[in-house]
Amino acid sequence: MPTTLFDKVWDAHEIHRSESGESLLWIDRHFVHEGSFHAFNKLRERGLPVARADLTFGIADHYVPTLTRRLDDIDDAKVRGMIEQLADNTREHAITLFGLDDPRQGIVHVLGPEQGLTQPGLLMVCGDSHTSTHGAFGSVAFGIGASEVAHVLATQTLWQSRPRQMRLTVEGTLAPGITAKDIALTWIARLGADGARGHAIEYAGSAIRGLSMEARLTLCNLSIEGGARCGMIAPDDTSFAYLEGRPWAPEGERLEQAIRHWQTLKSDDGARFDRDITLDAAEIVPTVTWGVSPEEALPIDSCVPDPATQHDEGKARQMRDSLDYMGLTPGQKLTDIAIDRIFIGSCTNARIEDLRAAAEVLQGRRSRVPGIVSPGSTQVKKQAEAEGLDTVFREAGLEWRESGCSMCVAMNGDLVPSGERCASTTNRNFKGRQGPGARTHLMSPAMVAAAAVAGHLADIRAL
Amino acid sequence: MTPIKILDTLACPLALASVDTDQLIPARFMKEPRSIGYGQFLLHDLRYDERGSPRPGFILNHPKAEQAQILVARRNFGGGSSREAAVYALVDHGFRCVIAPSFGDIFSSNAVNNGLLPATLPETYIERLLAHLGSEPGPVRVDLDECRVRAGTLDLKFEIAPSWRTKLLNGWDDIDMTRQHQAKIARFAADYARRHPWLETPPGDATIISRG
Repeated sequence: MPTTLFDKVWDAHEIHRSESGESLLWIDRHFVHEGSFHAFNKLRERGLPVARADLTFGIADHYVPTLTRRLDDIDDAKVRGMIEQLADNTREHAITLFGLDDPRQGIVHVLGPEQGLTQPGLLMVCGDSHTSTHGAFGSVAFGIGASEVAHVLATQTLWQSRPRQMRLTVEGTLAPGITAKDIALTWIARLGADGARGHAIEYAGSAIRGLSMEARLTLCNLSIEGGARCGMIAPDDTSFAYLEGRPWAPEGERLEQAIRHWQTLKSDDGARFDRDITLDAAEIVPTVTWGVSPEEALPIDSCVPDPATQHDEGKARQMRDSLDYMGLTPGQKLTDIAIDRIFIGSCTNARIEDLRAAAEVLQGRRSRVPGIVSPGSTQVKKQAEAEGLDTVFREAGLEWRESGCSMCVAMNGDLVPSGERCASTTNRNFKGRQGPGARTHLMSPAMVAAAAVAGHLADIRAL
Repeated sequence: MTPIKILDTLACPLALASVDTDQLIPARFMKEPRSIGYGQFLLHDLRYDERGSPRPGFILNHPKAEQAQILVARRNFGGGSSREAAVYALVDHGFRCVIAPSFGDIFSSNAVNNGLLPATLPETYIERLLAHLGSEPGPVRVDLDECRVRAGTLDLKFEIAPSWRTKLLNGWDDIDMTRQHQAKIARFAADYARRHPWLETPPGDATIISRG
């Protein structure tokens, strides 16, 4: 029977299936960050060891400062404590740690692929919803909660019910300047923030195959924002080429053996999906969010929506609430929305290609507003500096910082002041996400750069 | 984990859609130890103003909210971040059940792992339940055995995955359940390693590569 890519990976990891249909799955890679302390405490309470420290990797990202790499420089003792706690927990259980001062440090979802830890056909988990990112290589990867983190630490397995499956096909050619971020915001706006709830998504079609590895990571990263359990893309020569030579990737004969297996990881012709959604690449335009959920997104050349024209009272109520929080007026042109600052960073859009795209727009120009550029990893930072991108950002008047989650989740002290409006490459425009009272507009790195130059939301196609 | 069978208690109407986990507990409180009780952070920025004073009219500030063990909300409850602290905040506040038309996937499994029942009711039923409760907490009975919500004359059937229902009814803990399968896991792991020899490759050295 023809099977899907997802089925192939899932079935290869199923150890046992319960009477009620839950699968006990083998976990190949488990990433833990600072938020894992609840799980380590649980393990300690029960006196349990870590089952497979060799398959567990610690990464400091959520709380790390972006102005320094020295722990002593962090004023907030609780923030410092979070980073120290991760170091203590990983040391105690002999888990490899990519700590604050490690030259390989980075945001877990940037570091994993970069180090070759992410590979096709794996089952990967992390206590972070954007773990869906790693599906870009054809692995099944999803976020889990602290109880599940404790379970994986104790057993290297996880109970999960098999999700339904959805294929999202994007056929055709994307217009110049249109990115994976625009594809994601477009489908999420159409299906809703819970539109793919309970589903694993396979992204397919010529436009997807044409994406670089970086762009695929961005697309899979945002799967969770449409409610999907995970997102994945069949591995191909683009993925194999990316992996070759990475520290944790197989080499030589082992690599050839792996590639022979990886090539079988695709949905068979005639494989059935519970849902099939198709988008025409030519229809996708630069997209930005206006509200407080990634589903509240529109093409940049449209206007702030009017709740009065919405027939569904529930939706109208939600829209009024979003407009109120965002301080926007119905009918206002999106390109007339003035911004107070920008942020380029996060596991969604802080890879080298993202920084190149932003720098291309900022080259020889000045930003009208202040802003921070935080590369996705220390490796990305070095690469960007080797290419002179840091100079472009600095000369544009922006701050060039160290790598971390930074202003995406505002846990490390980097935040948008209350009431201010930020053009952001991040993944969430939730109320208070970038700080209490902060107003976030999500968009691609080039669009953030364009907004910086204009001082208001702007259409990259006009530049 | 405390088992749940019947909750005969007050329910708080939280007439909001898309209450994401960032709102359930803002990120800045997540560096606190659980021992201090996360209930105080629940929906913090909706509950308190910038000066830290309770916002009058917000349902959690209603005098009866303290006794409520059920929360009723609109669609897409608990979407977003995987932070289990969002569930800790609800549980530490005293909630044992959230009723909504849809939940974030990760939120639901986190809830079940902490003995919090995520009960799914169709949107039209939620609207009836919210209308029945009005603007203050009111008596609601949730029966997990029968998967029914009763309030006034309303008698509504809710949905929950059968495996989750079993776990909640028994207060089962996953780690204990899994350890019963230890021999099977060990056999699987050995066979898996044989089938995927390239994964056995010792970790590459720490050579720093730089590519774009």
